[in-house]
Amino acid sequence: MPDSALELAEDCYHCGLPIPQHLNLTVNISGEAQAMCCPGCQAVALSIVDGGLENFYRFRSEHAQRPNETSKHQWHVYDLEEVQADFVARLASGEREAQLLIQGITCAACVWLLEKQLANMPGVTAVTVNASTHRCLIRWSNDTQNLSHIMSECQRIGYEPSPATDEKAFQARKKENRQSLMRLGVAGIGMMQVGMVAIALYAGGLQGISEGMQNLLRYLSLVIATPVVFYSAKPFFQAARRSLAHAQLRHLNMDVPVSFAILGAYFASVYSTLTNSGEVYFDSVSMFTFFLLVGRYLEMRVRHSNSLAMGSLSQLLPFTANRLAEPESDPVAVPLKSLLVGDRVLVRAGEIFPSDGCVLRGSSSVEEALLTGEAKPLRKKVDDLVIAGTLNTESVLEVRVTALGQNTTLSAIDKLVSRAELEKPLQQTLADKIAAYFVAAVLILSLLVGSFWYFYEPEQAFWIVLSILVVTCPCALSLATPVALAAATSAARRQGLLITRAHVLESMASITRIVFDKTGTLTLGQLRVKHCIPTQKQFDERQCMALAAALEKNANHPIASAFLAETAGFFSASDIRQYTAEGVEGQIGKQCYRLGSIEFVSNIFPRTIQSNFNTSVPERNLQWILLGSEDGPVAWFGLSDSVRSGIKPLLSYCAAESINSELLSGDASSAVAVLAEDLGIQDFQAGAKPADKLARIHGLQALGEKVLMVGDGINDAPVLAGADVSIAMGAATDLAQTRADAVLLNNNLQAIARVRGIALKTRIIIRQNVTWALCYNALALPLAALGMVPPWAAAIGMSASSLVVTLNALRLNR
Amino acid sequence: MDSLYLLIPVVLVFLVLAIRFLSWAIKSGQYDDLDTEGQRILFDDDATPKPKPKPKPQVENDKT
Repeated sequence: MPDSALELAEDCYHCGLPIPQHLNLTVNISGEAQAMCCPGCQAVALSIVDGGLENFYRFRSEHAQRPNETSKHQWHVYDLEEVQADFVARLASGEREAQLLIQGITCAACVWLLEKQLANMPGVTAVTVNASTHRCLIRWSNDTQNLSHIMSECQRIGYEPSPATDEKAFQARKKENRQSLMRLGVAGIGMMQVGMVAIALYAGGLQGISEGMQNLLRYLSLVIATPVVFYSAKPFFQAARRSLAHAQLRHLNMDVPVSFAILGAYFASVYSTLTNSGEVYFDSVSMFTFFLLVGRYLEMRVRHSNSLAMGSLSQLLPFTANRLAEPESDPVAVPLKSLLVGDRVLVRAGEIFPSDGCVLRGSSSVEEALLTGEAKPLRKKVDDLVIAGTLNTESVLEVRVTALGQNTTLSAIDKLVSRAELEKPLQQTLADKIAAYFVAAVLILSLLVGSFWYFYEPEQAFWIVLSILVVTCPCALSLATPVALAAATSAARRQGLLITRAHVLESMASITRIVFDKTGTLTLGQLRVKHCIPTQKQFDERQCMALAAALEKNANHPIASAFLAETAGFFSASDIRQYTAEGVEGQIGKQCYRLGSIEFVSNIFPRTIQSNFNTSVPERNLQWILLGSEDGPVAWFGLSDSVRSGIKPLLSYCAAESINSELLSGDASSAVAVLAEDLGIQDFQAGAKPADKLARIHGLQALGEKVLMVGDGINDAPVLAGADVSIAMGAATDLAQTRADAVLLNNNLQAIARVRGIALKTRIIIRQNVTWALCYNALALPLAALGMVPPWAAAIGMSASSLVVTLNALRLNR
Repeated sequence: MDSLYLLIPVVLVFLVLAIRFLSWAIKSGQYDDLDTEGQRILFDDDATPKPKPKPKPQVENDKT
């Protein structure tokens, strides 16, 4: 993208994004003036410094997120009792406790900042922020403080709070986490104790031990190993039972032989202990369980810490609506839940539509980018339909509710998403595929070997079968693959890509096509002034920009935000009037100025200039608007959406790796073709609806392509769910984020290329591990079958083999 | 050696205590957030900002 007019100089100290050239915003932090990229960052940084919390900038390890300038919240609705009913608990002490989801937490320093800032507020008695779940538990006394104030304080320091209404899913995750930690802890403690006792028993076996002492030690091991087997190893038995219930070869998982080995060794040892005969292997059982649980726990942690809890549709909708009892009455704020079809509601500028509806009165521009991907607001007048979850940008609309909740368009998209998720090609990991056959082979082999020994030397048969089960335990498969994936996931995270599903790394290595959405993905969805061409000598570029900024000062549509970053202040405008879909008019000095479409602006020109005025725009690739006064045109502004950084390196990487790239946009304008041409993307499609996009992806998959989808809005959610691998932008709508397999946190698309490199390396390491495991088994299995490996040696061999593959996997982390 | 017949079973008591302690720690939520707590101690509240050289977080970020 040509950035010739406005070259980017430095990065914002607060959020790390590039700063537009003309801009000069600074904040004095710890004695030094630091440059800021926008008034939003400046305001947030100022609040942080004013609060005496500038240490935040020393503690942090990541840049903060750029505050959302356009979001205007009416926090006071959260003080309503009906609204609070969903997420606020009243404590016996008379205090209240709320669960909030906080957007914008990037590192532990954010937690510190939030906790400090909120705890300093009067009436707040406890604040706990969790960096992994992005949740904030806040307790306050309602007499001295109210929730709306607390929430607006969060926003003032750059974080967006929203009520946490997904309590159930969160509690389920918390329970799972605590339970598996407990299982792991019990297995770990048990393993150490039994291991200690086992050393005494082995030493006794060599040096001689009194029978009484040997019995005592065996019973002690039995007592300690029992909870390890029946509490810690329970998940393996459950999974094995489920696997056997399917009675199909491909469902056979590693839990089956694992369960056989654990239970077999345990009961055999119990038998030996009770009858005072043979050998006991409680130590092997406990150690085996512990190592397996470590692998499972690592895997679960990756799964949990990455699932961003935000994502239900209801998070998008407001909590209240302004209902009009009668056409002319005053609006009353009512909870969304009590709204009925047929009600009249008032939606002010900057508010989200609470329901699908039909416009009864007023006209305004509505931003439906969430649903259609179209960046430009659409004009809505009487009788037009509006959609729940979209944003009213300009003026008040009176709407008759036509559909609510489950019946809205938004909900329909969600259903589409769920279906796409079900149809998603089932990703079976390499290890799983091999393991199923491996397990079947091991079970059959143990049976054959066992029956042979049963006739040949019956008393040996059981222990030899046990040895086979333990020595061939597919630990290398079951432990090392999750460890390799966990190591690669954390390496990817350092590159700025948060992986939320296990299959990403494996699928990423084999993709053949990468499909991009346009708005919000390749482009930032924020218009910026690319060219400014003054037409009068009395104003230079800078002054023209300042004039425009003065006119657009209070507006909040996308065009205004292009000028928002400019220092208004040279001029101040009065009598500002917005004309829907046309432009803005205002009085600066003694002149009347207009900014907007060519037709709208040229209407105020004197007749002579109007007739001679050349309306052809300077260059077709940009969106042009005109600034003019009663004296004639003042300046042309060429606006364009800024392109996200890192796209060029990513595309050249794809070309080098012979991965096709494609642009699939809901935007119907020519901007799609222009962008595709600029970036050298050959395949592109404009005006694609969510269903079209999904169909296209399915079409590609039918041709045998493996598709990586990079998307952003809700309209991308079904496609994200349907693609082989999907990546959402960090600033994407919550729904899109949760449907994606990975989230790009640092806004740099090049991270995708880097992570694919990691994915390729991971694949190599997993293959090395699998090869190692198979070679080890090829060697150990015949020995065990010949009865040359006692169970304790099998347990050591298994552990050593696991250690080798684990260490190999950890190389990824370097 | 006979004392071992008493001492070894006593181990079980300590074992039960250790597991009870672990269970208490997990249930009170001490392991719920493994990312933040490890760093919390580094956030010394009374630290005066270092005058020079100033930390440059963005340099590190650009590299990645």
